[in-house]
Amino acid sequence: MASILAVDDSASMRQMVCFTLKGAGYDVTEAKDGQEALQIAKSKSFNLVITDINMPNMDGITLTKELRALAPYKFTPILTLTTESSQEKKMAGKQAGATGWIVKPFNPDQLLATVKKVLG
Amino acid sequence: MQQFHQTFFEESFEGLDIMENELLNLDLGNTDNEVINTIFRAAHSIKGGSGTFGFTAVSEFTHVAETLLDEMRDGIRPVTQEAVDILLRSVDIIRGMLSALSEGGEMDADAIAKGQAELETLLNAGDTAVETPSDAEQASGSVDGWQIEFKPHPEMLKTGNDPVRMIKALAELGELDVQTDVSDLPALLDLNPEDSYLGWTITLKGDVAEAEILEVFEWVDDECDLAISPLNAAPETKPEQPETAEQAGPAAAAPVDTSTQAPAKEPAKAATTAAKKSGESASIRVGIDKVDEIINLVGELVITQSMLGQIGGELDSEQGHENHQMEKLVEGLAQLERNTRELQESVMRIRMLPISFVFSRIPRLIHDLSSKLDKKVDLVVTGENTELDKTVMEKIGDPMVHLVRNALDHGIETPERRVAAGKSETGTLNLNAYHKGGNIVIEIFDDGAGLNKEKILNKARANGLVGENEVPPDDFINDLIFHPGLSTAETLSDVSGRGVGMDVVRKNIKAVGGSVRVSSTEGKGAMFTIQLPLTLAILDGQLVRVGDETYIIPLVSIIESLQVKSEQVNAVAGKAELYKLRDEYIPVIRAHSVFAVGDANYSLNDRLMVVVEGDGAKAGIIVDDLLAQQQVVIKSLETNYRSVSGISGATILGDGTVALILDVPGIIDMFRGDANPVPPAPIKPDGSNIAEQAA
Repeated sequence: MASILAVDDSASMRQMVCFTLKGAGYDVTEAKDGQEALQIAKSKSFNLVITDINMPNMDGITLTKELRALAPYKFTPILTLTTESSQEKKMAGKQAGATGWIVKPFNPDQLLATVKKVLG
Repeated sequence: MQQFHQTFFEESFEGLDIMENELLNLDLGNTDNEVINTIFRAAHSIKGGSGTFGFTAVSEFTHVAETLLDEMRDGIRPVTQEAVDILLRSVDIIRGMLSALSEGGEMDADAIAKGQAELETLLNAGDTAVETPSDAEQASGSVDGWQIEFKPHPEMLKTGNDPVRMIKALAELGELDVQTDVSDLPALLDLNPEDSYLGWTITLKGDVAEAEILEVFEWVDDECDLAISPLNAAPETKPEQPETAEQAGPAAAAPVDTSTQAPAKEPAKAATTAAKKSGESASIRVGIDKVDEIINLVGELVITQSMLGQIGGELDSEQGHENHQMEKLVEGLAQLERNTRELQESVMRIRMLPISFVFSRIPRLIHDLSSKLDKKVDLVVTGENTELDKTVMEKIGDPMVHLVRNALDHGIETPERRVAAGKSETGTLNLNAYHKGGNIVIEIFDDGAGLNKEKILNKARANGLVGENEVPPDDFINDLIFHPGLSTAETLSDVSGRGVGMDVVRKNIKAVGGSVRVSSTEGKGAMFTIQLPLTLAILDGQLVRVGDETYIIPLVSIIESLQVKSEQVNAVAGKAELYKLRDEYIPVIRAHSVFAVGDANYSLNDRLMVVVEGDGAKAGIIVDDLLAQQQVVIKSLETNYRSVSGISGATILGDGTVALILDVPGIIDMFRGDANPVPPAPIKPDGSNIAEQAA
């Protein structure tokens, strides 16, 4: 099954995302910020990365840039979690190389639908 | 979603604490962008989480605060004292909303509306452009299908967007006819495999809204040429087309200016946070019930270990050292004891938290109070890493807040008065914590006016607590402030001075086995000293024998032990017996009769008496023998049996027997209810025979 790296500094969001994705049969790994995610991403490969944008230590935009610079993640879908109000953040994410975004707040069904969209 | 609520609440409360502390840390003239960013992130997480978990009210309110912070972060809005104050109030409101949600209470709708209005007024005052989300217009009109010209830019694949997925998604909308345009495909030698060269003309048949098609291409509308036209044109959708093309224009332009400022900010940010984070240690969140279960199990283990130790000791002395196996067993048991002790200590430490959890509430309190009271106060905190048990910590928060309020309200003077008294304009409040023996000591001292002894004494005389002509020692006068119903504030304020504070402070501290004292120098300041046990799970006990039973008296409540001389005993009305201990009379409690062990009708002469103190009252408990002093693991009697008056808990001794732990204040109370004619202490000394010391 497809493996997903979920990155968010908020434990409740992370739990929700993981619970939902695991429930749908995905293999999910958690990271609490960009720095940790980058470490994990270097040691293991993923089919999809879902990352929050505002995080301490390393934010989602920087993480996206760093991942795109790594050969194994050149074409890996990367989705950012953003709020509706931050149109410019969506675009900043894209500019950094993100595939797309999931708008917060979202419910488990919306999350799964979006994940399905990129994982096929 | 329910299962995530607890985590959400916990992290949100933590986030609010962070916001509060960082807001108080903000240096108005010279704001640190990283501090604002930290505050913003906390607000942002609360907003995101509350939206996701369905707490719309919280999310909406936090959104307004977040917008304000976002503008500060982007440097559009100056960081003013007013804004900080409003944000601090918002933190309170959000905290109130979350508490109401987590504990099932009512939200304060007025406060929320008021806070929101404040925020919005501030936001609109700056009159910054309100961002309107540019949602794609809903195309209307029924169509037979669409013709889609889709030509990805060469670099589209590099964002992880695969054209095949989009075509698949379109196929789910209706019947699809796809023509591939390979005209741009270069010769194999010139082909860069990471670029996209193909284009597609797609005919989608069916009643599909244009928005649905746009959604498929939502993420790539700046990375491809896209033209969508209806198959049999409904006239009103025609003008849509240039609009979509235009939409891609500004959207693509927007990132340019953000990206120019982003790299400049990013490295500095990363550096400062990395430095900050390295000092913190990683932690995991565990339910307190799990920790308590471990503590309980380790308690059992300690008991089992001491049982084994006892048996091992007996065997050893019986068989001597000739037996090699025996020697090994004894060695093993000794090692087991060491390991068990260490395990117990480590487990206890899990429950220990630094007192900064309580101290961190104080800066905000001082910020609010000093502006309310027009006083200038510096806070000096030392020993904030001193650890104590979480349960004790929860009990100490409110009393400490009360003492700090008092210090600010009654202790530290207004700047004018301070200057007049030859002091600096700004008062200082010190918070200090340190370990002393098995206790934690917390000191709260200020350099204010100190306690007004004259006023306290007058009030006490008026209340009949002190006789008209009596002049008690200073310590006694100071201690009177803990008496119910004594408040010396000239005018009652909403800060303190309701006169029901200090006695409650003392009561709450006593409830967790602690004590509070005050010392003061008039004109120089006052110091409150709180002493608390480090933990409520273990206790230093004096084992005593009563008949065939073993009881435990908490060591902290024991003053001395002595042998009774019958001439010092007075029987009052043939019922209560009083013992003349130096200059005061204390009631004599026969443990045998309290616990109905053996015959209680014995002569008191030469009996062993343990003098104890609880809740300010003394008493002498008659026991048969003093045994060992040891640390015991407290087991709740209530959860295992039921509450028994005079007993605070139980423990299991090394030999496997249960020993009850005496509730000293409770026993003294029981005795008072039993035998009312106890003369009020202290009784004036008559100078005759001083009682002898013993044990």
